[in-house]
Amino acid sequence: MLRKLLNRLEPSFLPGGKYEKFYVLFEMVDTLLYSPAENTPHAPHARDAMDLKRVMGYVWLATFPAIFMACYNTGFQANTAMAAMGLESAEGWRGALLGGFDYDPNSFMDNFVHGLLYFLPVYLTTFIVGGVAEVVFAMVRGHEVNEGFFVTSILFSLTLPPTIPLWMVGMGILFGVILGKEVFGGTGKNFLNPALTGRAFLFFAYPAFMSGDAVWVAADGYSGATALSAVAQGGVEGILANNFTWFDAFLGSVPGSLGETSTLAILIGGLVLMYTRIASWRIVSGVMIGMVGTSLLLNLIGSDTNPMFGMPWYWHLVTGGFAFGMIFMATDPVTAAHTNTGRWIFGILIGLMVVLIRVVNPAFPEGMMLAILFANIFSPLIDYFVIQSNVKRRQKRRQALAAR
Amino acid sequence: MDAEIKKNITDPLVDNNPITWQILGICSALAVTTSMNTAMLMSIALTAVVASSNLSISLVRNHVPGSIRIIVQMIIIASLVIIVDQLLKAFAFDTAKKLSVFVGLIITNCIVMGRAEAYAMSHPPKLSFYDGLGNGLGYSVVLLVVAFIRELFGAGSLFGVKILPLVSEGGWYQSNGMLLLPPSAFFIIGLLIWAVRSWKPAQVETPTYKIHEEVNPQLV
Repeated sequence: MLRKLLNRLEPSFLPGGKYEKFYVLFEMVDTLLYSPAENTPHAPHARDAMDLKRVMGYVWLATFPAIFMACYNTGFQANTAMAAMGLESAEGWRGALLGGFDYDPNSFMDNFVHGLLYFLPVYLTTFIVGGVAEVVFAMVRGHEVNEGFFVTSILFSLTLPPTIPLWMVGMGILFGVILGKEVFGGTGKNFLNPALTGRAFLFFAYPAFMSGDAVWVAADGYSGATALSAVAQGGVEGILANNFTWFDAFLGSVPGSLGETSTLAILIGGLVLMYTRIASWRIVSGVMIGMVGTSLLLNLIGSDTNPMFGMPWYWHLVTGGFAFGMIFMATDPVTAAHTNTGRWIFGILIGLMVVLIRVVNPAFPEGMMLAILFANIFSPLIDYFVIQSNVKRRQKRRQALAAR
Repeated sequence: MDAEIKKNITDPLVDNNPITWQILGICSALAVTTSMNTAMLMSIALTAVVASSNLSISLVRNHVPGSIRIIVQMIIIASLVIIVDQLLKAFAFDTAKKLSVFVGLIITNCIVMGRAEAYAMSHPPKLSFYDGLGNGLGYSVVLLVVAFIRELFGAGSLFGVKILPLVSEGGWYQSNGMLLLPPSAFFIIGLLIWAVRSWKPAQVETPTYKIHEEVNPQLV
């Protein structure tokens, strides 16, 4: 029935039809619901039944565990903080909507619904503002809207702190979509991850809302250190002094950006992505190797003044945005390296940079975003050298054959 | 003659703008545009230097042997920059201090050398003077536009006068810290170039790459 409706509507969107200009919108809905009839059977896109639209759809689905934990944990943090401060109910519209719920940090539903009221507005803003920008560009430039934006929007909103004002969310995604992607020609032609570009913009434009101790827990006037800022002050003992255990950080019941706290939920999504070969296991392994190697090296060097040097690798794994960035951001098929050897180098570069920024640079306690953007810029260069070395090796082999 | 003078002055404002079309002088445009004051002073300093260097170089152009012309140009430009630097220190000390090395760096500004080499060496003094003036003004226009955006949205003020009251001082405007960092000037100049080229499509460059034509698999 749906197919019939779409078929009946199609002529008015084709060139010459009534709504010719809005063809991109029609195409977007049509191909979201049904596989497109035409595909790209020749290089460099020939693969299998999995096309770009389904790839992006899978990534979107893979973030669901993280979203789920994002809602729960945001509510859990807020309710715990409110209980600690002796507050009875949330202020403003959230308080009105939560009329039927208590604010008990031990009740799963209370936490989940409270967190949902923080996550949903951020996500809807991202989706609407970014989506409009994307559709406008698609109409003017005559390319198609695709599911890449589903992924960008969800990843972008999961990297934000829960207390961020919504107008900043809108500005961030506009910057990410327009300057991170559309000016280079749209999906597939961008060299920076659009979600991270938007986040980086907010990070530098409004540092007071994107970092520090006051933004991670969604309760007015409450300030709670993230695990990373606790380490920066007092080493691993600093985290434990804040009553976080390693297991808390792994499961995700610590303050942090919306979707990045639960390493477990992210890894579940990551395993699905790697099993379906959407996320490259080479990149993920590379990031891990780079991170473990660098942190072991820094542990060995040690430092009397900087407690971060003593942070072991398994703490690096569960704190900050490391896991989220490793699974969802570094493996972005467009901005990562495209050759298999290049993927290893690309991943190791990220792992190395993230530990270096976290430990050695005193200005930024978290380095995942900057490390990935840095490696994004280098990925074409890495690919170039990998391909050139392959060309040279083959030339040598041919010369050796010819000489024989 | 008059038509040519007019062309020399108006052409570099948009059509042949030294920053948005020739992509010269970007370095100082990034560094001095955090506030209108510094941008204004820098614009005046650079315009004065280009106009007078073009004039002086054009005056001596027939007496300079080709093999040492760059050295001669540099000496003239350097002397002019020193004069401008001293004047700024005498009459606008505070702002000149904020400009720090960038006044001295006018010597190496590509616009000054570029106009001397490309125009003043082959044209009479009067025309050269107006060409320098036009290019200086073209540079100034871009600098002032960038500084306007950066100071207004980055610090909520213009020429140091508060326009948008900041949240940190009890107002409503949340200042955008990014605009006070040098990369933002890149974004603004980039967007400006985009806007100008959409307005005047003649400026759009031909792409250096070629996209592989789509092959219809049914025909192969």
